[in-house]
Amino acid sequence: MRVVYLFTLLGALGAIMIASIAFGVTDIPLGTVWESLTQFNGSNEHLVIRTTRIPRALIAASVGACLAVAGAVMQVMTRNPIASPSTLGVNSGAAFFIMLASVWLGVSGMNAFTWVALIGAAISGGIVFLLGSVGRDGMSPVKITLAGASMSAFFASLTQGLMLTDGKMFDQILVWLVGSVAGREMAQLQAVWPYMLAGMIISLLLSRHLNVLAMGDDVAQGLGQSTAYIKLFGALAVILLAGASVAVAGPIAFVGIIIPHIVRYFIGTDFRWILPYCAVLGAILLVAADLGSRYIAMPKEVPVGVMTAVIGVPFFVYIARKGRRTS
Amino acid sequence: MSKYKPLRSRGAQFSVLIEKRAVWITLILFIVCLAAMIVSTGAGSQFITPLNVIKTLLGKGEPTYEVIIMKLRLPRIIIAVLVGSSLAVAGAVLQSIIRNPLASPDVAGITEGASLGAVLFIFLFGGTVPIHWMPLTSITGAFLITGLLYILAWKKGVDPLRLVLIGIGISAAIKSISYMLVISGPLQLAQRSLTFMTGSIYGTSWDKDVLTLLPWVAVLLPLTWLQTRNVNIQALGDEVASSAGAHVQKHRLLLLALSVALAGAAVAIGGAIGFIGLMAPHMARKLVGSSFGSVLPVSALLGAIILLLADLAARTAFLPNDVPAGVLTAAIGAPFFMYLLYRNRNRY
Repeated sequence: MRVVYLFTLLGALGAIMIASIAFGVTDIPLGTVWESLTQFNGSNEHLVIRTTRIPRALIAASVGACLAVAGAVMQVMTRNPIASPSTLGVNSGAAFFIMLASVWLGVSGMNAFTWVALIGAAISGGIVFLLGSVGRDGMSPVKITLAGASMSAFFASLTQGLMLTDGKMFDQILVWLVGSVAGREMAQLQAVWPYMLAGMIISLLLSRHLNVLAMGDDVAQGLGQSTAYIKLFGALAVILLAGASVAVAGPIAFVGIIIPHIVRYFIGTDFRWILPYCAVLGAILLVAADLGSRYIAMPKEVPVGVMTAVIGVPFFVYIARKGRRTS
Repeated sequence: MSKYKPLRSRGAQFSVLIEKRAVWITLILFIVCLAAMIVSTGAGSQFITPLNVIKTLLGKGEPTYEVIIMKLRLPRIIIAVLVGSSLAVAGAVLQSIIRNPLASPDVAGITEGASLGAVLFIFLFGGTVPIHWMPLTSITGAFLITGLLYILAWKKGVDPLRLVLIGIGISAAIKSISYMLVISGPLQLAQRSLTFMTGSIYGTSWDKDVLTLLPWVAVLLPLTWLQTRNVNIQALGDEVASSAGAHVQKHRLLLLALSVALAGAAVAIGGAIGFIGLMAPHMARKLVGSSFGSVLPVSALLGAIILLLADLAARTAFLPNDVPAGVLTAAIGAPFFMYLLYRNRNRY
């Protein structure tokens, strides 16, 4: 049954991506969308579809998938229900390093940005992870969340400072900083997809081990798992997924919290199924949020990062209220 | 002579134990604060020696200095003192009533609420309504968000940790809503709002800023100090406090309101300057112990000094750029927060 549902969801993803390509400030009939792919004639509509709409839908789908999977992996690694690339400071670290590299070091180009984002994600995530796991009782959800919040505040402030003192491209950077998939080009996706794919493959290969890890470090070690290696590879996957996403779409919040919880509610605790479902549902969520964001303040667009934040907060509050304090 | 001297009103509505050591520390910090104000007034693209600053302040300086000091620099210095001390006291009150060393107006989402109120003000009424009304909108924003937070965190009483966690989530959402406002508006307003969200006291003036903030601080700070007795008893924990005859919930609400009002007023002028409400009370408690009667003045002075120095560094170290002071307070504050987390690592 799980296979059937997964394919149904994949179908839904396809449908919503087509909707995302067809609808927007100018609605384009589906026939024209099809024609632009099969018989490209260089007309305005065809150009819009090929250069903005299709890249946008693809980027939204892949970023959503990556963030959701990263969130799921982080939640099991930290045993923290509200862990996600955004709450644990990984996204804002990546964003700050990109800003720093472009303003001070004059780095440009998508490839360089991706590397910088990966490094930023690794540094910020590493500090949070370390701070969250010091102390007698080891990693506790509260400690790691607080560490993440302070790292986020730290990097966000520095990023804003850089932005205000530099001033160039102020408005573009601002949109990027909230998280947006608008106005992206195919080349940007092409630069990051190898990293995204690598992150996905590592996560999927880990899924069996994550099942064991979810029972707790002690149990996992007792069953003969070398938890340190599993966590190391898990961290690598998270950094690849989150860093690459930030490089192309900016720090989009809350996808990594919402989706894993929904998936676990319906699918249960088997990570071999959780991860693929997270990927598909994450993609659906972000494409849908992006589509919705075009209609809220027509003809202007609301950055999709704002949409996910607004959808995500009720979830966050619900989880924080429900969560028992465990250390 | 004993180490303490009690100060009580009739019926003990107001009661403070004055500790000699604390009085000395307060005096010393006051002098440090004055010195920082004078040095900071002199520093800038045109350096003025402290002696000349004092002369000018006494009305005997050179006329060229007088314009620079009285018109341009002094308002900014005064604002730094007012904003810094308000934020610090707001944090001190919050930490006592939540009984959590990691609580502060910015972690709990109060600052974000206030700054959303202010950004809304800039966008809706920018230019049409006098700026004196801005503290009102930002305080309203702060109250609404705090109220929401309190309701959401309520589950047979408010668990401090749940309050902090939910605060983190809510402030993330508010932040992105503020960002959306910033993006959707004209570029000029955007820059102004973003500076505001980072926290900066750049370009402050006498009538617009000092006169707007001063009444709030002048009323709220003494009012908070008069609550010393209630704050001290809150810190003992709910059971002890209520068996000592205190109206715990009522006082907590009143104190929370004072804290929110102070933070809201400060944010209206200084923007979302972070981490001062976290750092200053901690340092104060290290210096004078945990009795609120001495913690309040000491944290107020420390908050003022921190913001003075942060602003001094922010506007002189990166010349010709004027970096928002909030960047510097975050740069010092976040590591400080992590240090606190490390210190308390076995508590959570």
